[in-house]
Amino acid sequence: MDALVLSRVQFALTAMFHYIYPPLTIGMGVILFVMATLRLKRKEPVYDEMLRFWVHLFGINFAVGVATGIVLEFQFGTNWAPYSRFVGDIFGAPLAAEGIFSFFLESGFLAVLLFGWNKVSKRAHWFASLMVALGATLSAFWIIVANSWQQTPAGFKMADGRAELTSFLSAVFNPSTLPRFSHAIMGAWVTGAFFVAGISAWYLLKRRHAEFARKSIAISIVFALVSTAGAAIIGDWHTRQVAHTQPEKFAAMEALFKTTEGAPLLLIGYPLPEVGIPKLLSFMTYYDPGAKVLGLDAFPKEDIPPVAITAMTFHGMVYSGVFLAFVALLGVWFLYKGSLERKRWYLRLLLLCMPLPFLLNELGWMTAEIGRQPWIVYHLLRTKDAYSVTVPAGQVLASIILFALLYAALFALGFSLNRKAILQGPHEVREETP
Amino acid sequence: MTLNVVWFVLIAVLFTGYAVLDGFDLGVGVLHLITGKDDRERRTALNAIGPVWDGNEVWLLTGGGALFAAFPKVYATVFSGFYLAMMLVLLSLIMRATALEFRSKNESARWRSFWDVTFSLASALAAVLFGVAAGNLMKGIPIDAGGNFTGSFLGLLNPFSILIGLLSLAMFTMHGATYLAVKTEGAQQERARDWALRAYVAFIVLYLAACSWGAIVARPVSARYFSSPAAWLAVLPLLAGAILTPAMLRRGRDLGAFYGSALCIASLNLILAVGAYPALAPSSGDPGTSLTIFNASSSPLTLKTMLVIALIGMPLVTAYTAWIYHAFRGKVKIEATSY
Repeated sequence: MDALVLSRVQFALTAMFHYIYPPLTIGMGVILFVMATLRLKRKEPVYDEMLRFWVHLFGINFAVGVATGIVLEFQFGTNWAPYSRFVGDIFGAPLAAEGIFSFFLESGFLAVLLFGWNKVSKRAHWFASLMVALGATLSAFWIIVANSWQQTPAGFKMADGRAELTSFLSAVFNPSTLPRFSHAIMGAWVTGAFFVAGISAWYLLKRRHAEFARKSIAISIVFALVSTAGAAIIGDWHTRQVAHTQPEKFAAMEALFKTTEGAPLLLIGYPLPEVGIPKLLSFMTYYDPGAKVLGLDAFPKEDIPPVAITAMTFHGMVYSGVFLAFVALLGVWFLYKGSLERKRWYLRLLLLCMPLPFLLNELGWMTAEIGRQPWIVYHLLRTKDAYSVTVPAGQVLASIILFALLYAALFALGFSLNRKAILQGPHEVREETP
Repeated sequence: MTLNVVWFVLIAVLFTGYAVLDGFDLGVGVLHLITGKDDRERRTALNAIGPVWDGNEVWLLTGGGALFAAFPKVYATVFSGFYLAMMLVLLSLIMRATALEFRSKNESARWRSFWDVTFSLASALAAVLFGVAAGNLMKGIPIDAGGNFTGSFLGLLNPFSILIGLLSLAMFTMHGATYLAVKTEGAQQERARDWALRAYVAFIVLYLAACSWGAIVARPVSARYFSSPAAWLAVLPLLAGAILTPAMLRRGRDLGAFYGSALCIASLNLILAVGAYPALAPSSGDPGTSLTIFNASSSPLTLKTMLVIALIGMPLVTAYTAWIYHAFRGKVKIEATSY
């Protein structure tokens, strides 16, 4: 295999593996802040117990996220040197801003959150939880600014064979930044919400730590409803933005091969037989059932992304997202009725739902990144022209093997430590002896 | 043009911040098996850096991001050129982080000693590799007219660069030992002081060796010291650090010794920066292919924007980092939530 394919494999491996963790910690960060606020306002010891337990789990997953994220900061230079030269004038700034505005904030205040129980006041500890949540969210913002610029470049001019900045604000708030950032954040909240809800449901099923689990599940299930609904609404907005700014990608997502007036929304499509609702795609995209939607035939063959995988990841994300929204809605209804704890089948369902948001996040990013192909920077630079030609393929292969083994071990390790902490439960985590 | 110089200074500050701050984390790692004789002492060492190591490492990430933003051609050429070496650095940083986080999460003695050894080896490897990278940049690296690195991985492992790798190992070990002396008590503290002195002696010897050899082979950096007497001012802070460190150690003033070794590290970076200016990645062949702050930089608008970001962000970072160090000041006490 050549260095191009290998570098793409390596990027997919490291980015996808890394992205298991940040959504969880971004989502949990907000839940931790809610818990820290309750701990501060109400003096009941259960809030103290909750915060300690969930901070402990947060710490484990944050650590794996940090360990796997280090590579990404340098990978553009190591494997994509021509890309780095081409975009450096624009792409580097959000990366540096992420370090200055969010990594420092997150890592510094996480230390206070994890180890500061007896070192700082309750109020300062609460403030640390706010800063950790803010840092995680800002981190998502800056990295998505950088990635969105690859999707919908703005605020630049071409000079000396590279993209040069002409307006920082236009580059930062390029046409896809806000929909993509808010959609990714909602995805992260969904992940945190179902993580906390699933574990709490398990305690309720096992009849352990009842008060702790009841309070945790109440917070997380409401959060799950808010975030799944938010993800769907923003997702709709984001899809319309893609239709306007990256029509090839949109046609691939919807598996629309021919330019059509009054295009149907395909519920199932390529490579499967097509089943669709007439005119709905035109209506959803342009609020006009007769509107013309560009199909893949409107674009040169060499400019269209791989269709099957773009369409399947997109639909997989939408369907599992809608499913999770119904699960959350049902949960809030049971909570309102006061029957949540008695619905044991529902608690089991929540437990089974835990892995789904992780899958959803990956599917969404696959749609975004594969749908952008063959471009690394949309309409400006092709992926095949962007990899480091000076790095021998054998060295890239060696690093892939290295990271694959390392990440498999890290995943197993992180999983077993989460499991151990969950099995031990909130009391034991709190009374862990030195 | 002034902006390019400002960014040269800022990049130097970021990497110096990294070396001074994560430097003691690395040093604590190198000494982990040596100064910590039992589980309690090893936990004490880990918790001495526990609340701060992650934030310290962010200096490297931010330095990397800032290099990408300000001098993208250097970021692209050096990191793709040093491919395998970079991967080894990343591997060692990942292993360090993992060992730190997970070592004490299981009671088993075998589990703990596995992670203790991993932590120590990964720290030492990172310390050496940073030096090797610096050594290669000091000598100059083969760059073609297209700005691409034309050397090989084995070419990076040349004797001079390995010497700089050992110098870096000794320097970080000295720094970590003084930090341990500040944060620990009793026998562990005594051992840390002893090792600080030993590492100090190794640092001085290796530094003098590196200077004399570097004067000949590291021309891109040493040339300025032959041509400009004023450049020698950069050596004064190192002299101060080199006097301060052992003097403070002998008086049992560990914090003073820690500041002394921090001064040594910072001034070593200063000496390199003054020598290399305006080059960031000097070429070993035609000097015209050297990547400098002028031919490898981003546009003035990007440099200006980044400067605004740095001027807003860095004072904040400095302020809350100082607060966090203050909150965790004093000797380490093992608690339920400790590593």
